[in-house]
Formats: sequence, structure tokens, C-alpha cells
Amino acid sequence: MSAPTTYRQPVSRLWWLKKRTYLLFVLRELSSVFVAWFAVFLMIMVYAIGRGEASYQNFVNWAASPVVIVINIVALAFLVLHTATWFVLTPQAMVVRAPGRGRQVPAMKEVRVAGRTVPAATVIRVGNRVPSGLVIASQYAALAVVSAFVIWLVL
Amino acid sequence: MTKRRIEPLLWLLFSGGGVVSAVFLPILVILFGLAIPLGLLQPNYNHLYAVVSHWLTRLVLLGLFVLMLFHAAHRFRFTLQDGLQLRRLEAPIAVLCYGGALVGSLAALLIVLTI
Repeated sequence: MSAPTTYRQPVSRLWWLKKRTYLLFVLRELSSVFVAWFAVFLMIMVYAIGRGEASYQNFVNWAASPVVIVINIVALAFLVLHTATWFVLTPQAMVVRAPGRGRQVPAMKEVRVAGRTVPAATVIRVGNRVPSGLVIASQYAALAVVSAFVIWLVL
Repeated sequence: MTKRRIEPLLWLLFSGGGVVSAVFLPILVILFGLAIPLGLLQPNYNHLYAVVSHWLTRLVLLGLFVLMLFHAAHRFRFTLQDGLQLRRLEAPIAVLCYGGALVGSLAALLIVLTI
């Protein structure tokens, strides 16, 4: 008659207020609003720089208005949250391996012999995985290098 | 079907945008959002213009803007959809978010081309 009627447990619209970890998760996701805000902010700035010195000065005056300053202070807090959480997620999302052969360990695998699946011995290559702490640290190093470069370029 | 094919690209733009936002944005907000408007730093206009109008800077800026906009669109889409339990509105939310990112990207292209 109609769509399959699988049961779905109703979830409150305010589910993310029930636990601190849920709230932190939603705050992290909301950093996207400030990424978009700052993309627009920078685009306006680049446009203003292209239109001459007076136009750039108008932009700086607008950016200095209390409302915009407050928005940017909040934006900085959310973007720091984005950076910190993104760096932690990277080693979970991808396996970084150091160059080299790693080591070989024995393992079991299933092979088909004459139409039947039977276990067989094999060797797989593992190891040389860069520890997640090192992946996180190297991202902070990249952050420091990029930040220093931007400061050098602007000033 | 089209949606299935475009989904991996959207996730790729999301992660690319996540990386560049994480690495570039804190210092850019500190400099251009706070230090310069508050008068703590006063970079020379001609120097700024020279930096921004260089073709390499324009290219990097365009890449940054497009990635940031699609990153934000993708994340905000799921925040609305799952955070507020609006699964019924999945299609209009997606159109609104990615449409916004697309319009923003075209604006970014125009801006970097006409500096």
C-alpha cells in the first residue's frame, strides 16, 4: 500500500542539548557558519583592495565597527575549535605510513579451492604506521609555518 | 543517480576545505578580522595591493574561497538536516547550501579576475 513501515525511534529536535559531548559536536559543526562568514569577509576585503586606497580604508572602518569586531571574536573561537578538532580527526580518517617496507606477519586468509572456501596461511605487510600523536604534531607545525608565512607576506 | 555520482566530489571538497580552513583561517582572522581593524597593525596599502594582485595570490585566494564555501555548505547541510531532524527537507536544504556555495564561488572568480 505505502512505503515500508520500519520503526524509527522518534528523536527530539533538541537531542544535542542532552549531553556535553553532543553539544560540543554541534558547536564543532556550527564552525561552518564562521568559515562561510570569513570567506565572504575576505572576498569583500580583496574587492575593496582592488578598488583603491580609499575603498580599502572604508572596508577597514567597517571591519572596526563593534558589531563586526564581536562577530570576528566569536568567529576566531569557532575557527580555533575547527582547527583543533580537525587535526585530531585527520589520523583517524587516514592511515599515514612512513616510507619503508614495514614488517611481514603471518595471517590467515580464505581461498576457494574446488568450489569450497578453506582457510590458508599467508603473509601480510604491516607497520610503519606513523603514530597519531606525530600526525597531529606535524599539522600544528604546518599551521605555524603557514601562519608565519602569511604574517611575513602581509607585513 | 546524478546525486550518487556527485556525492564523493562533495566529500572531497569538504575535506579539502577543512584542511585549508584549519591551517589558514586562524591567522587570517587574527590579522584581518582583529589586529588590522583595531589598529594594532597597519600594513601599507600599496604593499597589500601588490601582494593581492599578484597572479599566484589570486589563484591561491580563489582556491581558498571555493574550498571554504563548499566545506561550509556541506557541513551546514548536515547540521541542519540531522541537528534539527529535518530529513524531510533534505532536497531543498542541499539546493540552498550548495547553490549558495556555487554563487559565492562565481563571485570569488569575478573578484579575483577584476582586482
